[in-house]
Amino acid sequence: MLNVSALYTEYPNDKGEIIKAAQDVSFHVPEGKLFTLLGPSGCGKTTTLRSIAGLERPRSGDITVDKVTVYSSDKNIFIAPNKRKFGMVFQSYAIWPHMNVFNNVAFPLKVGARKFTPKETEDKVMRVLSAVGLEQYAQREATKMSGGQQQRLALARALVMEPKLLLLDEPLSNLDAKLRERMRFELKRMQREFGLTTIYVTHDQGEALALSHEIAVMNAGHIIQIGSPRTIYDRPCNKFVADFVGLTNFLEATIELQDAQPDSYRVSTCIGQLTVSSGERFGRGDAAVVSVRPEDIELFERRPDGANVIEGKVDFRVFLGEYMDCQVMVGQRKVMARVHPSFTAPVGTPVYLKIDPEKCIMIQDDIEYRKTA
Amino acid sequence: MNVAENIIAAPPAPPRSWRHFDFKWIIIGACVALVAYLALMPLGFLLWQSFFTPQTATKAAKFTFNNYITAYSTVETLTLFFNSVTFATGTSIFAFLIGTALAWMNERTNTPLKSLFFALSIIPLIIPGILFTVAWILLASPKIGIVNLVLQSWFHTDYVFFNIYSMWGMIWVDGLHYSSMAFLVMTAAFRSMDPSLEESAMMSGASVPQIAWHITLKLTWPAIFATLLILFVRSIESFEVPALLGLPVGIHVFTSSIYQAIHHYPSEIGLASAYAVTLLLITTVGIYFQSKLSSQGSKYSTVTGKGFRPRAMDLGKWRYVTASIFVVYFALIVILPFLVLLWSSLQKFYSVPSMKALSNLTFDAYQFILTYPTLISAVGNSVLLAVGCATMVMLVTSVICWIVVKTKLPGRWLLDNLASLPMVFPGLVLGLAVMIFYLNVDIGVYGTMWILFIAYVTRFMPYGLRYNTTSMLQIHKELEESAEMSGASWGTTFRRIILPLLKPGLLAGWIYIVIVSIRELSTSILLYSPGTEVVSILIWELWENGQYVELSALGVMFIIALFMLVMLAQFVGRKFGVKEG
Repeated sequence: MLNVSALYTEYPNDKGEIIKAAQDVSFHVPEGKLFTLLGPSGCGKTTTLRSIAGLERPRSGDITVDKVTVYSSDKNIFIAPNKRKFGMVFQSYAIWPHMNVFNNVAFPLKVGARKFTPKETEDKVMRVLSAVGLEQYAQREATKMSGGQQQRLALARALVMEPKLLLLDEPLSNLDAKLRERMRFELKRMQREFGLTTIYVTHDQGEALALSHEIAVMNAGHIIQIGSPRTIYDRPCNKFVADFVGLTNFLEATIELQDAQPDSYRVSTCIGQLTVSSGERFGRGDAAVVSVRPEDIELFERRPDGANVIEGKVDFRVFLGEYMDCQVMVGQRKVMARVHPSFTAPVGTPVYLKIDPEKCIMIQDDIEYRKTA
Repeated sequence: MNVAENIIAAPPAPPRSWRHFDFKWIIIGACVALVAYLALMPLGFLLWQSFFTPQTATKAAKFTFNNYITAYSTVETLTLFFNSVTFATGTSIFAFLIGTALAWMNERTNTPLKSLFFALSIIPLIIPGILFTVAWILLASPKIGIVNLVLQSWFHTDYVFFNIYSMWGMIWVDGLHYSSMAFLVMTAAFRSMDPSLEESAMMSGASVPQIAWHITLKLTWPAIFATLLILFVRSIESFEVPALLGLPVGIHVFTSSIYQAIHHYPSEIGLASAYAVTLLLITTVGIYFQSKLSSQGSKYSTVTGKGFRPRAMDLGKWRYVTASIFVVYFALIVILPFLVLLWSSLQKFYSVPSMKALSNLTFDAYQFILTYPTLISAVGNSVLLAVGCATMVMLVTSVICWIVVKTKLPGRWLLDNLASLPMVFPGLVLGLAVMIFYLNVDIGVYGTMWILFIAYVTRFMPYGLRYNTTSMLQIHKELEESAEMSGASWGTTFRRIILPLLKPGLLAGWIYIVIVSIRELSTSILLYSPGTEVVSILIWELWENGQYVELSALGVMFIIALFMLVMLAQFVGRKFGVKEG
């Protein structure tokens, strides 16, 4: 459906320096899927989105939607944003304050190439307003709407022209935490219901994991990893992705030997010997980093059976209601574990950490990534 | 009983000191009374005077409609009204068009030389209206105007290309002078608009003209209209241009007619008052709608995100065209006026630039001015008035502002409006009102420096209020409350917490008021008497005497002094991080 290949977008900033916002960005989004560009601020995700929208003119690359080329540097094609027929929701919602709710939504129908009768316009507007649950506010002034309502209004306006592609630029970042959670479900429900191909930009990993079919993690203009939410979370390809998506413990490690099983290694880490599994090839003596999520570390007061058991001492405990964060000292090294709140070992007592080898993600020490960053 | 309780209970709570309580109310009461007195008294007497015959030693004042009848029964008044409106409308539209075009070039295109645009914000401060007008007379008067003479010698004709002594000339000079104000206001309007409002229209499929009409224009309409209104008000109350350019050829507007009515012999105060009341009505309506529109503008501010600054439009080769437009504009508003003053200040008798005149350069005019008998006292008066007025205004308005911003006192909105009321007074009308008041209420200030001081404080009170409000809003209520919890009285809190925190704003406002008071002309012109002249009055007198060369020398020194003051203000502003309101 959407194909972006070898996209480069650069622009000069206020001081005249060239900002390399998007560098060699390529991805494909199948029909009806929600694709997320995830990354820290300034990573080029918004620029990539705006390049797809046509609001930025890329330096080179190709963008095709539904086999129609909207941008191609080779063929010298650039379709103006107002001719692309994409729906877009801006971070600020960009609700026009001088129009009421109805007119905001009707605007795309009034200015489009296809003309609608007033009756048709009203039908379309009211249908999309009721889809987002705003039908009773049609005549209200747009600025009188609350944050969440403005957000839904912006979505309605983007949907009313039945776009081929929906572009969402951090649509939830201006809402408070509770509302954000609710709108996250709403968005997901509507996207799945309409089956609209959607590009979603966010810096919030929770949003990305919750909403997406597929996620591209970006940093410094480059796409670092593309994969399903599970792949991104469970199998990050490097330290940056592991660190940016979720919390993790990084343990510096050296490969000792490869086990009998093909993907299993024995490594010596700063907290002791571990058995880890990895799909990547490592040789004996290679330096690596083992990433272990806090929720994948089990704590026991008595030494359990099995592999990867390490002794430590409870250093610090934070009770957070649904779970408890426990900082354990292993030698001089702090390790964070997230355990059930029923675990009550007091501070200072020895505990045993148990880590499933499947949950130890071994990644190459990120010399390469550090160079590009 | 445990120890902690003991400590808390130990010092018996002192009875609330009535002196501290009173002290607070004395200061607040004095400030409120002063503001009410300054804002309302002259206005009341102006209205009163317009319905009465002048009081003399032999005749008591009598109620009459004659002033209004004289003012409104003649065809001249119709012409007067027509002239005023034409002049103000022309000026505001001209200034608006220039200002908006420049603001657009600066904000939305990649025109080179952008750093020069910064200068636009200080030019109106460093070149006072009277000098700007005089400079343009030297440039474009039919007889001695350099531009005319140069063009005539190029084309070998005696055709007068530019006649500054005309309605068009007045609009040209005043419009240029106010264009930088239009530029500043429209720049703010361009900046405050979220670019994604236009981008979302683009994504909805709207074409560029559709966006310009449905979104950009309709959204900026309140700002445009408010800008036009404030420009209209400023130009209908401007005095220097109509007096210097209009009066010699008989083009009368309200301000110049008020001046004439007073300076006639016998002076017709009642008639002047009738004109002044009309003018005041016009400016009040203008300011009222302007402030209403401005507050309506905030209705249009929606949630804003991190906001992608709209990327500057690439004009390609056209950017050299826009840059040259800007250079021409800069020449018209700063370089030419300053150079012509500089040139004429170096002459013995005014003459047009030529090789012969070049050999006659002399500093005689500077010597003349520096030894001019009234110069020392005029400079002294100006400095004394400016410093005194600025100090007084900033202190009084800081209290007023505290009441308005920080307390829940009923009727504080009224106080805010009272202190802002002088904004609607054209300078000349304020001068007239103050004059009438102290002619009738003889407390010995008429003819002294005090009357100028009172008028200046009244006139610049709204500026002080604006500066103080901006910085007062940044002081969190808890800073005061914690001082109170530490045991400080209101006076101590105000002196030790609020004033020091306000200091950057106070200082910036103080310097600004010093600058505007030093160049004040239209209020002083009705209130000065021999011995209390200020510098701008000295310039006015030199002009009336036809001493152009000496005037130019004084003007050049004046501009340089103001320039240094403005630079100082900018420096202070940057150093203390003052955001101008």
